[in-house]
Amino acid sequence: MGIAYFPGCTLSTKATGYDRSGRAVAAALGIEMNELEEWQCCGATFPLATDNAMALVAPTRILAQSQRSGGHVTTLCSICFHVLRRTQYFLDQKPEFLERINWFTEEPYDGNSRVSHFLEVLRDDITWQGLAEKIVHPLHNLKVAPYYGCLLLRPQSEIGLDDPDAPVILHDCLDALGCQVISFPYQSECCGSYLAVSKPDLPHKLAGEILSSARRNGAEAIITACPLCHFNLDYYQRPSQSVSPSETIPVLYFTQLMAVALGLPDDQWGIENHYVDPLPLFRQVVPMQSYQTD
Amino acid sequence: MNKRALVIGAGIAGIQASLDIANSGYEVILVEKEPSIGGHMAQLSETFPTLDCSQCILTPRTVEVGKHENIRLYTYSEVDSLERKDDNSFDVRIRRRASYVNWDLCTGCGVCQEKCPFKVDSLFERGVGQRKVIYTLSPQAVPNKPVIDAENCRYLQSKWDIESGLTPALDKKGNPAKPKCGACEKFCPTGAIDWDQKDTFIEENVDAVIVATGYDLFPQTRLPEYGGGKLLDVIDGLGFERLLAASGPTAGKVLRPSDNKVPLEVVFVQCSGSRDPERGVPYCSKICCMYTAKQAILYKHHLHDGQAYVFYIDVRAGGKGYEEFLNRAQEEDGVIYLRGKVSKLFQDGDKIMVKGVDTISNRTVEIAADLVVLATAVIPRIGNQQVADMLGLTYDQNGFYTSRNEEFDPVLTPSQGIFMAGCALGPKDIPETVAQASGAAAKVLSMFQKDRASFQQEEMFSTIPG
Amino acid sequence: MRIKISKATVQGEFVREIETISGESLLACNQCGKCSAGCPLAFCMDLLPNQVIRLAQLGIEDVLDSQTIWTCAACLTCVSRCPKGIDLPRVMEAMRLVSMARRGNQIEAAQIPGEMISEVPQLALIGGFRKYSS
Repeated sequence: MGIAYFPGCTLSTKATGYDRSGRAVAAALGIEMNELEEWQCCGATFPLATDNAMALVAPTRILAQSQRSGGHVTTLCSICFHVLRRTQYFLDQKPEFLERINWFTEEPYDGNSRVSHFLEVLRDDITWQGLAEKIVHPLHNLKVAPYYGCLLLRPQSEIGLDDPDAPVILHDCLDALGCQVISFPYQSECCGSYLAVSKPDLPHKLAGEILSSARRNGAEAIITACPLCHFNLDYYQRPSQSVSPSETIPVLYFTQLMAVALGLPDDQWGIENHYVDPLPLFRQVVPMQSYQTD
Repeated sequence: MNKRALVIGAGIAGIQASLDIANSGYEVILVEKEPSIGGHMAQLSETFPTLDCSQCILTPRTVEVGKHENIRLYTYSEVDSLERKDDNSFDVRIRRRASYVNWDLCTGCGVCQEKCPFKVDSLFERGVGQRKVIYTLSPQAVPNKPVIDAENCRYLQSKWDIESGLTPALDKKGNPAKPKCGACEKFCPTGAIDWDQKDTFIEENVDAVIVATGYDLFPQTRLPEYGGGKLLDVIDGLGFERLLAASGPTAGKVLRPSDNKVPLEVVFVQCSGSRDPERGVPYCSKICCMYTAKQAILYKHHLHDGQAYVFYIDVRAGGKGYEEFLNRAQEEDGVIYLRGKVSKLFQDGDKIMVKGVDTISNRTVEIAADLVVLATAVIPRIGNQQVADMLGLTYDQNGFYTSRNEEFDPVLTPSQGIFMAGCALGPKDIPETVAQASGAAAKVLSMFQKDRASFQQEEMFSTIPG
Repeated sequence: MRIKISKATVQGEFVREIETISGESLLACNQCGKCSAGCPLAFCMDLLPNQVIRLAQLGIEDVLDSQTIWTCAACLTCVSRCPKGIDLPRVMEAMRLVSMARRGNQIEAAQIPGEMISEVPQLALIGGFRKYSS
C-alpha cells in the first residue's frame, strides 16, 4: 500500500533516528511511504484562537500537498499529527476558513485529505496480528512502558485516536512485538512540552515524575511517539544531572523497537542522539553483530 | 367485582404503594425482578438523616407484604406484556423465571446455600462480596426462597451440554455422562431442587398499574480516570453500604476489598458521573451529598481512628434536618470537606493516589487513600425503557419517566390508569419515595371508588386540563 | 484587596475579548475545579486554572498579571476532563494573545541559554516562540 509521508522538521534534523527507523519499518512491512515532494514545517502548534487563519496556512499547505499523492498522509511526529489532524477537523467544521486560506496559497486545498498517525496505519492496515506474524526477534525479556504524552491523544473529540484516560494503541503495538508491556499511571501526563524553551526547570520536574513512576512499575525502557517527549525525558537523564546509571532508563521511539523486533539490520534502528544509551538493553535481548552510527 | 392493581417493582416505592392499596381492601399483584423484595434499601446499612437501621425499618413492611392476604407477590418475575382492553382494564402476562427450586416445597432452611461449593461475584454486594450460585439476597429475604444462577451453575450447564450434544452422551468408560455437582439437590431435605423447571407464565387482568422500577448506578467502567472499575479498592456508594452493613460480606467491618486491611484514610468522591454533560449525565443525582455524609459519619463510628475526606462541588442538603446532618459530619466526626473535583486516581503500591483540588484554599491536593468511594450517578434501572415502551410511558433524554406535568401531576403518566412512583421518575431519597408511592396509591384508590365506566374520562385526575 | 464588580466588568470588553478569541462561554464554568485538580503544572502556578476562568468571568483584567497563563503547557488535560467541555486551553491562549498585544512578548531569543538552543528539538523552539511571543 502507498501513503504520503510528512516527516516534519524535527524528524529531519534532531530526531533523524525516528525518521530512519520509521521508514525502514514501513518498508519491511510493505508500506510504501512517499515523502511529500514539497513540504515545510507544520508550525508545531495548533492555533487555539478561533480566528487565527494565518497559523493554519502552513498545515493547510501540507494537506494540499498530500492531495497530489492520493489524499492520505501519515506522520510519525505526534505534534505534526496533532496539528494536521486538528487542522483538517477545523477546516471541515468551518469551510469559510478553508476558502479564505485558499486565497493565499499557491495551490488550493480541496478539504478532503485524511491524516493518520503511523500507529493507525499499523493498527488498521497491517493489523497487530499481521505485525506479530512478521516478528523475527520477539522482545520477550523486555519490560517496556508506553508513554503516550498529550498531543497524540487529546482532545479525543477531534483526534479520535484512542481514549486519553485508557489508551491502548501503543500497548497493542508493543504487545505485538512480544514485549512485556507495563502500564503506569503517568503514561499520559504532560512532559512539559515547549516549556523546555521558556521555563526549562518545569519539564525537568515533570520528566522526573514520569520516569520515576515508570521505574516504580518495573519498566526497563520508556517508549514514545513524540520527539519533544523523547527529548524532555531523555534530557532529564543526561550525565550532568547526576542521575545514577542504575536509575536511568532509555527512552525509545516505538519504531526503533519495531526495527529490532522485525530483525532489521542495526543501522536501520536509528539509535542516535540518545542521552541514555539504549544499546546495553538491546544487547540483552537480541544478537547484535555490529553497530554503526552515522 | 373487586378491583385489582398491578405494581411493577418491589423496592420501597412498590412496597409502600402495594401496602396502601392492599390495606384498603383491594387486591394487589406485585411483580419484582429480583428473587426477593426491598430494592436498594435492602442493601443499605443505615438511612439518613436519622441513621435508622435500614433493615429494621424495611423488614416490617417487607414481611407485611409477604404475609398480606391481599397481595400476590411474584418475585424473580417480570411483566412480559400488557394490553389495554376496551373496558380500560389491562391484560397482563407475567413471566416467572425458572429458579430451578420448587418454592412450594422449599422451607427456606438455607442448607443448599451452605453446601453449594461455588461462589461468584454478587451484584447485590457491588464488588465487595460474593454469593453462592444458589442464593437468596439476604438472610431476611422476602420470600426466603433461593434461586439458582443458571449461567454459573455447573450442574445446569453440564446437563444442558449433554442434552444438546456438546458433551458426548457416553463418558470415556462407556457410562452415561452425568451432570457435574448437584450438591444442593443432595442436601435439600425436601427435594425442592427442580432441574427441569421452565419459565412459567401467569395471565392476569388488572384495573390499574403503578410502575416503580427504581434506579441503578452509573457504571465505573465509564469513569476511566477513576480506574474504570478495575481497581479493587475503588468502590461505589452501594458497595460501601455493604461494607458497613452488619449483614454484609464483612459482617459490618470496614475492610479493604483488596487485602482485608482496615482503611485508615478513606476518600469519598462526589459527583462521579453526575453533573457531567460531557462524559456522564448532566443532572444532579440528589442523594449523594447526603449519603456520602452519612457514610463518612458511619465510617468514623466504625473506626474511631479513621479519617474521611469528601471531594465535592456543592453540597445539596435541602431536606428536613439535612443541613444539620452535614454540620454533624464535619464538626462531630471530623470529616474534611474539600471543595473541588478529583481529576484522576490511580493505584500506587497498595494505596490509591487521589489527585484533586481544594478551590477554597487554592491548592491542588493529593491524598494517598486506602479506600475510595465513588458517589456514582443515579441512573434509571436497566430495562426501564423496555417497560416504558410496553406500557406507553414517556421518558426524557436521561431515561427517567416523564409525568403528565412534572410539577403538579408527578405520579400521572400519559396513560390513563397507569401511575408511577419513586426513582423511576428521577433520583430521590427515601422520604420522598415513600410519599410519592402513597400518592400513586391514592390515585389508584380514588380511581377504584368509581365504576369502570368512568375510567374512560381523560381528565379524571389531572388538575391541569389537557 | 477587594475587587469591584459591576455591569461594566462582568459585561465589559475584557470578557467579550476573551470569549470572542477563545470561542468559549465563560459562564458555563461552575468552578468545579477538575481542571486544576488534573493540571500537571498547577503545583507552580500562582493562580489555579479554575481561578483564571473565575477572574475572567468577573471581568477582572488583573488576571493577565498571573504567571499561570505562561506556565500552561497546553497539554489539554483540563479540557479532556471538564464536565462542561469548556475549552480552557483556548481561554488560556486568548489571555496570552491579549496580554502580548498589550504588553509585548513573553520570551525573547536572547534569554534562552545557548546550550538549550543547540540541544532542544526544533519544534520546541518553533512552538515556544509561536506560543509565547507574537
